[in-house]
Amino acid sequence: MLIYWRVNSACAHLFALSRTHLGNLPTLTLVCGALLLPTAAGAVTLPEERADALYHRYDGDGVTIDGPSLLLRKNFKETVSVAANYYIDNVSSASIDVVTSGASEYTERREEVSLSGEYLYGKSIFSAGYTNSDESDYTANTYYFSASQDFFGDLTNITFGYARGDDEVRQNGNDDFAEEIERNAYRVGISQVLSPRLLMALNYEAITDEGYLNNPYRVYRHLTDPLDPSAGFRQATEVYPNTRTSDAAGLKFLYHMPWRGSLGTGYRYFTDDWGIEAHTAEIGYTHTFGSHWIAELRYRYYEQGAADFYDDLFLFPSQDENDYRARDKELSDMSSQTVSLYVNYERKVGFGPMDKLGVSLQYDFIMLDYDNFSDLRDTEALPGEERLFDMDADVIKVLFTLWY
Amino acid sequence: MTRLLMRFTLAAASLWLAGCSSLQPEPWVKPYERSLLADPIMRFDRDPVASAYLHHVFESREGARGALGSGGGGCGCN
Repeated sequence: MLIYWRVNSACAHLFALSRTHLGNLPTLTLVCGALLLPTAAGAVTLPEERADALYHRYDGDGVTIDGPSLLLRKNFKETVSVAANYYIDNVSSASIDVVTSGASEYTERREEVSLSGEYLYGKSIFSAGYTNSDESDYTANTYYFSASQDFFGDLTNITFGYARGDDEVRQNGNDDFAEEIERNAYRVGISQVLSPRLLMALNYEAITDEGYLNNPYRVYRHLTDPLDPSAGFRQATEVYPNTRTSDAAGLKFLYHMPWRGSLGTGYRYFTDDWGIEAHTAEIGYTHTFGSHWIAELRYRYYEQGAADFYDDLFLFPSQDENDYRARDKELSDMSSQTVSLYVNYERKVGFGPMDKLGVSLQYDFIMLDYDNFSDLRDTEALPGEERLFDMDADVIKVLFTLWY
Repeated sequence: MTRLLMRFTLAAASLWLAGCSSLQPEPWVKPYERSLLADPIMRFDRDPVASAYLHHVFESREGARGALGSGGGGCGCN
């Protein structure tokens, strides 16, 4: 596993902006996988040399996504570390958005390549990297830089990071459609040793987006006759603002129990200028069995308020480009709960250059409830009176790791 | 808020470059008291590749983003 005696804020060393199409919301992607990790107390060091092979699978609401993720990290002269990550999504989707828009199930493939490097200088680590994500109707290029340093007897670690993303949005079946997005993200992270048993991590992140921020496939709906819902509704392409600025602050604690177990908890507050306000709370317990097995049980709760321009059913169509309309369920009043169970096995091998092998099985069950997003498959109800939509999702990850 | 953060970041980075790191007060947790903190179970993120994926799933299904670590890859479009 990772070298002891270093403090880093959670995934704060290196991050990349990336936009993908799950929900087609612009998303910030922190490429933590290839990075330095938040660990225990002490001077910063380079990440361990390791190779990871991950199989991931998401299954929920008619959407199946699976594929591999491969990570390889190599260090040179104890001051330089480089990593490469190759990631694939194989997507098959017949989600409620696809079905109710009249489209048919589709499949596609997304590939992502990340290259990163770290340079250790004294008690500082400087990181930089590049990520490219490509699929049939979306390309994202991200460049990032961060610096991290220990202070105050190595009890405190502070990280600053910046990421710039340049995305290109296309639309399958419409060769004339091509839009762009520019993204900037600023991040500050502090990790702190509070006691011989207690760690804390505080992170703040501001993200700005500018460009074509909505999904060219998504639609909102409005009444055909505002005075007569029985006349039905019509659908039209969503109208989004072309800028978004968000702020998020997260606080985490991790406590070592009197026995070999740990208890972690965290909270994040989020707000943006679209009117979304969100709260996330997590708690998790990790327990060890012998010297090889680690088991972890986690619970996560999330809730958010809707964006100002979201509505399940509008009375009128948009009047102009500044009359925003959205019916993305990701912008609605919603909540989610996640229960996670992870089991990890590690063993030293000492064979040739190999130091240790590990395998981890991880299962997450996600329940999403939407408070003002109707299930339009309920065709017998009047517009606005359909049953509310909800969904569950299963996430499975199988991870093989070799340290060398 | 973003502008404020940028200013703060710039100021903090300047202090850093100015040699703030030379400040070395007496640590209240001695190096020999950190053995528990060095345990692998005291990492906020033991399997970054796997957790990055899950964080990405969350960011794709929810409106919030950032500040908790996030995942690369994955989508389920539309």
